[in-house]
Amino acid sequence: MNIAASTEIICFLILGSIVILGSLGVVLLKNIVYSAFLLGGVFMAVAGLYLLLNASFVAAAQVLVYVGAVNVLILFAIMLVNKKETLKPIKGLQIRKILSGSICLGLLILLIRVDITTPWPLPGPVSIGEQATERIGEHLFTDYLLPFELASVLLLMAMIGAIVLARRDVFSTDIETGNNAGQELIEKSNAPLIIDKTS
Amino acid sequence: MLIESSEAVSLPAYLILASLLFCIGVWGLINSRNAVRVLMSIELMLNAVNLNLMSFSSYLDGELIRGQVFTVFVITVAAAEAAVGLAILLSLYRNRVTVDMESFNLLRW
Repeated sequence: MNIAASTEIICFLILGSIVILGSLGVVLLKNIVYSAFLLGGVFMAVAGLYLLLNASFVAAAQVLVYVGAVNVLILFAIMLVNKKETLKPIKGLQIRKILSGSICLGLLILLIRVDITTPWPLPGPVSIGEQATERIGEHLFTDYLLPFELASVLLLMAMIGAIVLARRDVFSTDIETGNNAGQELIEKSNAPLIIDKTS
Repeated sequence: MLIESSEAVSLPAYLILASLLFCIGVWGLINSRNAVRVLMSIELMLNAVNLNLMSFSSYLDGELIRGQVFTVFVITVAAAEAAVGLAILLSLYRNRVTVDMESFNLLRW
């Protein structure tokens, strides 16, 4: 075994253990802020695995979109809804966890069995390696042009939908006084915009 | 068997890693009571699927890397899904003042 292969194996093992331990932490940790930061670590490790698979463009896209956008979005959501609340205990929660855990374990065993027993047609065609980015560009503008355009329409729809769903209903006039409300400084008032229904 | 001497890391090693990640995501999706954690579990599952696509594209389709193109599309859709999901979560939080999944029974009956 030459030094390149052993380096690749070591990198794979390190990144794989980061992915598995990080995702377990995301699921199991009590504090959700730790979960969000661990999720960023998992995304970075998956990007490293993409680099091991000769896909530099997708690794960069993974870092930009997942770590840069999705993870930051999740952190903002945590900050917006971060209220210490004690969850009501539910009866049968432990049984539910064990049952779903066993189902997931069964799914895992099934998937691993399929992985191992299927005769994959290896080795496939020779990997084009560093030209992957150019090939992705060719694909996007020739045979995957329609999905590419649909993806842009989907992003537009998601953006408008997110704005419509997340914005607050704002009155143009003050309800109490009848004067025009200063729309540009809506956050200035100290009155809570979310009515506390618990008290 | 998983790590052969001919090629450094074989395809089943990547597939097993992806299936582990997917199963952890499914477990988290079912058992999380915080709605934000449910969205994080969905992201984990999407990453597992992406890893699967990428490893197939690298090992079995190295000439036309269609798996990588699919991964780019999956990343796009995942970003859109995260934005809309968190917007729904925010509006739910504004109406219910909780993020407990067990209290979201609006569409139950």
